[in-house]
Amino acid sequence: MAVTKLFGASIKRREDPRLITGTGRFTDDLKLQGLTYAAFVRSPHAHAKIKAIDAANAKKTPGVIAVFTGKDLADSGVGMLPCGWLLPGLKIPPFRAVAVDTAHFAGHAVAVVVADSLYAARDGAEAVRVDYQVLPAVVDAERALKSGTPQIHENAPGNIAFQWSIGDQDKTAAAIKGAQTVVRQRFVNQRLIANAMEPRACVAQYQPATEELTLWISSQNPHVIRLLLGAFVLGIPEHKLRVISGDVGGGFGSKIPIYPEEVAVSWAAKRLGRAVKWTAERRESYLTDAHGRDHVTEAEMATDAAGRITALRVKTTANLGAYLSTLAPLVPTYLYATLLSGQYEIPNIWCEVTGVFTNTTPVDAYRGAGRPEATYVMERMVDLSAIARKIDPAEFRRKNFIPPDKFPYQTPVALVYDSGNYAPTLDRVLQMAGYRRLREEQAKARAEGRLVGIGFATYIEACGGGPSQVVGAIGGQVGLWESAHVRVHPTGKVTVFTGSHSHGQGHETTFAQIAADNLGVPIEDVEVVHGDTAAMPFGMGTYGSRSGAVGGTAIHLSLEKIKEKGKKIAAHLLEAAEADVVYQDGKYHVAGAPDRVKTFQDVSLMAYLAHNLPAGLEPGLEATTFYDPSNFVFPFGAHLAVVEVDPETGHVRIARYLAVDDVGRVINPMIVNGMVQGGIAQGVAQALWEGAAYDEQGQLLTASMMDYAVPKADFLPSFEIDRTVTPSPVNPLGIKGAGETGTIAATAAVANAVMDALTPLGITHVDMPLTPKTLWHAMQGRKGGAR
Amino acid sequence: MKVSITVNGVTATHDVEPRLLLVHYIREVLALTGTHIGCDTTSCGACTVMLNGLAVKSCTVLAVQADGGKITTVEGLATDGKLHPIQESFWEEHGLQCGFCTPGMMITALQILERNPNPSEDQIRHGLEGNLCRCTGYQHIVNAVQAAARKMGPQPAKAR
Repeated sequence: MAVTKLFGASIKRREDPRLITGTGRFTDDLKLQGLTYAAFVRSPHAHAKIKAIDAANAKKTPGVIAVFTGKDLADSGVGMLPCGWLLPGLKIPPFRAVAVDTAHFAGHAVAVVVADSLYAARDGAEAVRVDYQVLPAVVDAERALKSGTPQIHENAPGNIAFQWSIGDQDKTAAAIKGAQTVVRQRFVNQRLIANAMEPRACVAQYQPATEELTLWISSQNPHVIRLLLGAFVLGIPEHKLRVISGDVGGGFGSKIPIYPEEVAVSWAAKRLGRAVKWTAERRESYLTDAHGRDHVTEAEMATDAAGRITALRVKTTANLGAYLSTLAPLVPTYLYATLLSGQYEIPNIWCEVTGVFTNTTPVDAYRGAGRPEATYVMERMVDLSAIARKIDPAEFRRKNFIPPDKFPYQTPVALVYDSGNYAPTLDRVLQMAGYRRLREEQAKARAEGRLVGIGFATYIEACGGGPSQVVGAIGGQVGLWESAHVRVHPTGKVTVFTGSHSHGQGHETTFAQIAADNLGVPIEDVEVVHGDTAAMPFGMGTYGSRSGAVGGTAIHLSLEKIKEKGKKIAAHLLEAAEADVVYQDGKYHVAGAPDRVKTFQDVSLMAYLAHNLPAGLEPGLEATTFYDPSNFVFPFGAHLAVVEVDPETGHVRIARYLAVDDVGRVINPMIVNGMVQGGIAQGVAQALWEGAAYDEQGQLLTASMMDYAVPKADFLPSFEIDRTVTPSPVNPLGIKGAGETGTIAATAAVANAVMDALTPLGITHVDMPLTPKTLWHAMQGRKGGAR
Repeated sequence: MKVSITVNGVTATHDVEPRLLLVHYIREVLALTGTHIGCDTTSCGACTVMLNGLAVKSCTVLAVQADGGKITTVEGLATDGKLHPIQESFWEEHGLQCGFCTPGMMITALQILERNPNPSEDQIRHGLEGNLCRCTGYQHIVNAVQAAARKMGPQPAKAR
């Protein structure tokens, strides 16, 4: 394991010079010869039969080149959008890029207009007349399960996509039946919308002479898009399809799936022989970007007389929206229920999940993806149990932590935790907060009639998932390995090609740190390339906080191969035995004879000159690795929020927010701090402000940034953050993952703090978002509450 | 309609549709793609540019309204190849992750510091509330504006 000053250094990001000078390369920035623009006609109804489409006026609109309907795509053999995760008995409704007979959610594309300018395309889209027969819609997942409600898809009776469970049902039931104390609570984990600042965008260009299609797309995983689009939807062979994701303006999960628009745009580019661009308007982003969360959960937790958790039973109804987005079946099952052991030693857990279709936007991964939902249930239940047992919530947690000597730890819900030491993160956050004093201040505030609350979340995350064999056994239609190709040039300069993809994480910096650190060369000699299927081996992309642990390790392993080959060449040149050659600080030297030396550059040059290589050794100096992790890695931490609720208005003020995380070894602390800060902001926002709202007819009421509460700078305080370091034994770099921890912990910590604040009013639970209106209503009629 | 607009010191005249938004003029006609579009409701601030000394959201200004005006976009912040202190500070303080909101953020930061060379954290947060960032949680952006204020030092408030 290389530990020198670059690995672990807060160096400035290498991607920033272009981004701060306005010379980034976002998809919508691309201009091509003869570029045309697409605009989609979308169903205004959540559920409607498409009786007729009249495009005559649209086709007469100046600048309009063509209008295509779903039938045009279907007639030319365009396939359905595939689902990437198959559970037993899963019902997969046909998901067409452009609807043919029926629109199943408001925003579903029914036609696409292509014109020679953006404005002409939008004029054309407005001129398309669609005759709809409106059908009854169902929005709420629990209602969708009731008899007599509208049936959305013929092949999914009762609107059920899947029923799935994990754990031991009988043992858990017995433990709950015999328990001394059982707390029960129903939770609504509201629907969220990712709101990446860059709206989704794509540009497609077809070269008839070579039959090659190039798609530029704002995506987290260009290779996966190429596979799904080429092999499953458009029937374009992969060697004739190139997918490029340049700068991507945030993803948060919403840019993982394959979407209808890139299908229609690619198809139209081929049909018309012209480059076609589409960039979402923000309203389209709200209507069509995959949403997140949307669970209703009934949970029961049993504790014994000593305050030890003995069982947890969870039943969740997950709203999947109108169709199965790419990873929709995965998020509320294997990314959710497997996290229900949290940091605790719980002998019995059982969870069952029902996935439900509704006339709403499809639901998929949103930052954390299943893990924040699990942590919310878990941490709220832990607080409710602590209250029931009259134990301080910090002490209750500590009492139930998995002890450090039990790692690797097998949970009752499939996962084996790699490493962990939970008490130190809790101790540290208590110390930073001055917990005892905080409780004293809270008691004083309560005596004055003020509603001050302190809330915790002690969480785990599972990220960097693998191995691929297990992923396949539980339904994954992909592997979860990552690729890295390292090319050393004749002059000793290094290009690193990663199959991972950055949409804000800073791979060009952190991966260069790994490479320069490992080789002992200046970081200026290393370039990191990502996001172009023509440039690098197949890669799985970036999501699930996997890039450092999986993508970084793949790079590390390729670098080791480079050094191994370099050592053979150096030994040959130095006329020494390979075993006697040592590599240090960018030089090969003979052990004990530091003057017998060949630099990395000498060796690189000879690898390409090939004038004097060991017998049988190929020229060149490149190495490729496909690294398949042996297990997930498990970051963890303890977060603490201090809030004050205004008894008159229900407004919540976050007085302090503290986070102590353990993400294993850290490549660039500055970058990790940034991700933790941003993650906390999103988690806090779910607890207090954000939520997608539909009316009963299936109209999205929060379809603009004026209606959906993306937090602003003055909503949030400074967060106090710190870390402990428990290296992961899963990978040679000891990395865990840092992209989602803040979001996973913060929602639960803030919700727990608000509930703690409301304790004097006898309120034990209110569903999120905990807006002033919601809390004001909850406090009505309560002693000391709103009047 | 003919418009003559000076952008980053260069004056150009174009014949534009009356409905053309200033942000589309900047991005499509002038091909200055550093100014971004993140919403259609004047909410996100990604499209913020300086128009005659005022930070405006260029998605809510028509190109014809900017006729005769002077505009600074992100491409005009650096001078003679040297980064503006705000650009330097965003880089040094890790004030950006995906970088999409950054051009608008920096223009707004410029306006904040022109009006108040030594703003408090609260004043910075309040000043940034018209610009949305989804990556950073704003802390490092606030730090960047504070760092830029230190670099730029006390300055006379610019006449508007």
